[in-house]
Amino acid sequence: MNLLISIVAILILTLLALGIALSQNMAYLLTVILPYVAFAAFLAGFVYRVIKWGASPVPFRIPTTCGQGKSLPWIQTNPLENPSGCWGVIGRMAQEIFLFRSLFRNTDVAIIEGRPVYGSAKWLWFFGILFHWSFLIIVLRHLRFFIEPIASWIGVLSALDGFFEIGIPTLYLSDATLLAGLTFLFLRRVVVPQVRYISLFTDYFSLLLIAGVISTGLLLRHFFPTDLNAVKTLALGWITFSPVIPHKVSAFFYIHLCFVFTLLAWFPLSKLMHAGGIFLSPTRNMTNNSRRQRHINPWNAPVKVHTYEEYEDEFRDKMKASGLPVEKE
Amino acid sequence: MKQHQWGMIALGLVVFVILITFPFWSGKGKTSPQPTLSFDTPAIAQLQEKRCVEDTSFMRDNHMKILGTWRDEAVREGKRFYTARNGRVFEKSLSGTCLKCHSNKQQFCDRCHNYVGVKPTCFSCHSIPEEVKK
Repeated sequence: MNLLISIVAILILTLLALGIALSQNMAYLLTVILPYVAFAAFLAGFVYRVIKWGASPVPFRIPTTCGQGKSLPWIQTNPLENPSGCWGVIGRMAQEIFLFRSLFRNTDVAIIEGRPVYGSAKWLWFFGILFHWSFLIIVLRHLRFFIEPIASWIGVLSALDGFFEIGIPTLYLSDATLLAGLTFLFLRRVVVPQVRYISLFTDYFSLLLIAGVISTGLLLRHFFPTDLNAVKTLALGWITFSPVIPHKVSAFFYIHLCFVFTLLAWFPLSKLMHAGGIFLSPTRNMTNNSRRQRHINPWNAPVKVHTYEEYEDEFRDKMKASGLPVEKE
Repeated sequence: MKQHQWGMIALGLVVFVILITFPFWSGKGKTSPQPTLSFDTPAIAQLQEKRCVEDTSFMRDNHMKILGTWRDEAVREGKRFYTARNGRVFEKSLSGTCLKCHSNKQQFCDRCHNYVGVKPTCFSCHSIPEEVKK
């Protein structure tokens, strides 16, 4: 059902984009107004979400410990998996962000001969990392439309990406790997009953939206090419705040744009915000130093205490009179 | 939340905003006009009807696909002639047909290719007439 709703949502988006492609006034909306609206929504929403997370209280040290913490000098520590200092945390976060360390720990359970057997399950990690890195490379490659003259590193990246020179125009490997990654992530939600059970509209919608972006992009590159000069002029127009409605660009380009803007605007509202959230995961970004340093909950209510010293001061005479031992004479 | 943690969050956000707005500040607001193509070659000047193999907008969008198909058909299947949609017949040859008119690669091919960052591999095998003459 959730899947069905998200497919319908994507189809409606596609039809909207087609409508926009066919009418000149709407093309103005899509190519001149919406890019700024979507980008501003993305930036502002992203910053808002991060600040909101930053403001939420984290009174205690709650890092997950995945190795031996710092202890006595003769016990070997694991500073990356159980960081006790700043550099350890930086290393741990780098592992998490660039290599998806905790997903690499993913396990699976199967009932074999009546007994549950646990084993490592790396498929999700593998396709996840394939998907994310390909996505990054593709975004960076698109900078060629936004920069003039094109920085040399973009050319180098594109050349490496199209290293095998398959077909004309060259098939970018990141396109293929992104598609593979996305297909896995989608099929996982559809095929595995447990994952299907917990999948919501937003889960399918994110995946299908990205699938829409990829497929229109691939169609534009390999099957229905459009005038790239017009595309680059449009993109440079956005950057210099003087956008011009392009003429004679294909409908696929409009659909591509429409999907991308939806993705941008929707990003901060969705679970795609894990891009920012991963930096703020308290179980990853905190040092495990609660044995060396006392962390006091900042909003602890002030407790009225009556220490033994004060008690003795108050009753010293009576204590002496009844023969009780006192610490201070 | 403690003060230094707000510092870290602010730092992260500043880095994020700087990275995400890269195209805005890297170009320093310079405007660069769309490249203009030069048709100023002796062969084109002699043409009665200034028309490429197909019409201009089709060629703009699809020239790379035509060249790719030509290469495959000419080299692998030996079909060396192409009939355009208006019935004219051309030899499928980059050097013999395309470059005969567009002999100014630097003012024609390269302008757009540089503008959109495309590096076709045509000339890693084919020779460029200008460079051969030099």
